[in-house]
Amino acid sequence: MGILIDKNTRVIVQGMTGRSATFYAELAMRYAPGTYVGGVRPGKGGSQHLGLPVFDTALDAVAETGADASMIMVPAAYAADAMIEAIEVEIGLIVCVTERIPTLDMLRVKAALSGSSTRLVGPNSQGVLTPGACKIGVMQTGDARPGSVGIVARSASLTSEIVALTNAGGLGQSTTIGIGGDPIHGIGFAECLALFKDDPQTKSIVLIGELGGVEEEAAADYLAAESFSKPVVALLVGRHAPEDRRMGHAGTLATLGSGSIEQKGAILEAAGAKLARSPDEVVGLLTS
Amino acid sequence: MWCTIRQSGKPSTVNRDVRTAKGDQMFLQEAEAKKILGGFGIALPRGGVADNGIAGGGVAAMLATEKLVVKALIRAGGRGLAGGIKFADGAVQAGAATDALIGQTLVTAQTGPKGECVRSVYIEEALHFDTALFLSLLIDQRNARPTLMASIAGGMDFEENARKAPQLVQKYALERDGAHNPAELAAFLANVGVEEAHIASVCSVIEALVKAFFDTDARLIEINPLALMPDGGAVAIDAKIVLDDNALFRHPEFEALSHNVHLDPSELIAQRNEINFVKMEGDIGLVTNGAGLGLATYDMVVEHGGAPANFMDIRTTATSFQIARGIGLLIEDPAVNVLLVNIHGGGMTACDLVVGSLGFAYQRSTRKPPIVFRVAGHNADWARRMMDDKDLPHHHAGSMTEAVAMAVKLSKGAA
Repeated sequence: MGILIDKNTRVIVQGMTGRSATFYAELAMRYAPGTYVGGVRPGKGGSQHLGLPVFDTALDAVAETGADASMIMVPAAYAADAMIEAIEVEIGLIVCVTERIPTLDMLRVKAALSGSSTRLVGPNSQGVLTPGACKIGVMQTGDARPGSVGIVARSASLTSEIVALTNAGGLGQSTTIGIGGDPIHGIGFAECLALFKDDPQTKSIVLIGELGGVEEEAAADYLAAESFSKPVVALLVGRHAPEDRRMGHAGTLATLGSGSIEQKGAILEAAGAKLARSPDEVVGLLTS
Repeated sequence: MWCTIRQSGKPSTVNRDVRTAKGDQMFLQEAEAKKILGGFGIALPRGGVADNGIAGGGVAAMLATEKLVVKALIRAGGRGLAGGIKFADGAVQAGAATDALIGQTLVTAQTGPKGECVRSVYIEEALHFDTALFLSLLIDQRNARPTLMASIAGGMDFEENARKAPQLVQKYALERDGAHNPAELAAFLANVGVEEAHIASVCSVIEALVKAFFDTDARLIEINPLALMPDGGAVAIDAKIVLDDNALFRHPEFEALSHNVHLDPSELIAQRNEINFVKMEGDIGLVTNGAGLGLATYDMVVEHGGAPANFMDIRTTATSFQIARGIGLLIEDPAVNVLLVNIHGGGMTACDLVVGSLGFAYQRSTRKPPIVFRVAGHNADWARRMMDDKDLPHHHAGSMTEAVAMAVKLSKGAA
């Protein structure tokens, strides 16, 4: 089981023939043989890449392969159009790995998403992994094992860390999701929590948040409103980052409705989550 | 605090790929922001830029008015409360105020503790007005809509007042393409407290703001205050624009602006080497990959009583030599007496790649601070064995907690 993707997911790669797309697509194909069915690269339709058929458009790719998910690794300037193309074909899931997409382009993508059945993960996301079943993204898989912990995160590196720790703790993972580091993105913490709630394989959830943004606030609102019986451990980082300096993709604080990291922690705790001060505390809190 | 201003002949050869230290946004100072807003038809006080007292006196003389304001040009707000705005009567005083501000380091609520050096000032006519409106346009992350924020309590104290009384600010969401209903907008402004006589002029300022926002790929445009004049007009007294760095590829007109961003030299070198780097004041150099792991390591060091010398996020695209440059920045810093390496190998950054980088960096440097080495993920075992084979002063650590405790202990012992 797990959420969003499983062994029956059929994935196409938009922008498949690029250098890093080739590198990561090959790893993902090797991880879960049979889950990748084709690629899209305008102008290269009819050719083969990594042993899979390449199409000119997402429309052709979906029609020919029956794909229900797309991994987007198109350069930033064209990534929004690639997402909109996939949304128009009503593909079930888009995972956008591309980073540095202009914010206003993401507003066009959000407009295309409203009223659509497509789910978007990212952009600037390491992707989605259901261990042993399917990988759409660029994450490390060496320490991932099928198991009971659902992980949803804004950070790729910390996700890998928690995957390794939950594996060492004998728990394994149901699905890991990187919602992406950009201010305007697809599904968020709250929607992932709702999916984990209904997934029988997931027994507990780790939520990895950061300073900036409004995702932690939305997660707290959701947890407070729902009767959520699965344990949720929140690891929030950037507690000591100077507030006015932006660090990597850790967003700015001064945006609407975005609280300090202490406020984020306080409302998540009030909504029933347990707070981990460091990655090393997470497994203990999950099993206590 | 005073800073030295380097005489810059021509701009350094910064390519368009270089990002600002603040990540993916570019903060424009007042003069740059006003130039853009003026181009969209927003009324501004008459004024000009000066970088020394003589030029300041000259700008003031050209304005030919007695009441003048001299404002420090920095890329952050809060300068009024930090002494960055001076009033002057006539050209002589304006020149003296210019000299007083240039070279000062202003520490405001938004600059961070290191402050920002004042390299030039903006001198403009001082206007009399009764009402100071705060206007801001940005994207609301909750609903991904361009959103107008407005308050009748604009001015220098706005940030502080709004923090204490958030109800002073009201918001109005636009469509995703900036479209809105003019009658609804007028009603919103009336509700904010804008009087009938000024509604039309404020509405036209907002139309220009929306157009500027979309045309320039802005993340934020703020006018504070927008002076509501006795004749019914509206004049932007101060303005701030944050551009989306990720959209600079389609704005060659802003390329020159990116040359004006003065970065800490080490942050600039790091950026050119695919590393997000923020210089701090401590003695523990952090070598970490990924923003999340970098922040988590930073938090743990502080909570163990240590002082980080930096924040580091090695991007997965960085090569071994680029990472070596980043490490070099730390070991060449006399304040750094221990290096904490915490890498989770994955993507294109395998753990052994970083060992190679450590080797290059230490080979090139006479300073050889001890390394606390903690790796996990792709090729971690191999990287640990490589470390043992290299002539590098290192200690292995298993968990992050162990590594952080060891680094803090070493930093105290060395101090």
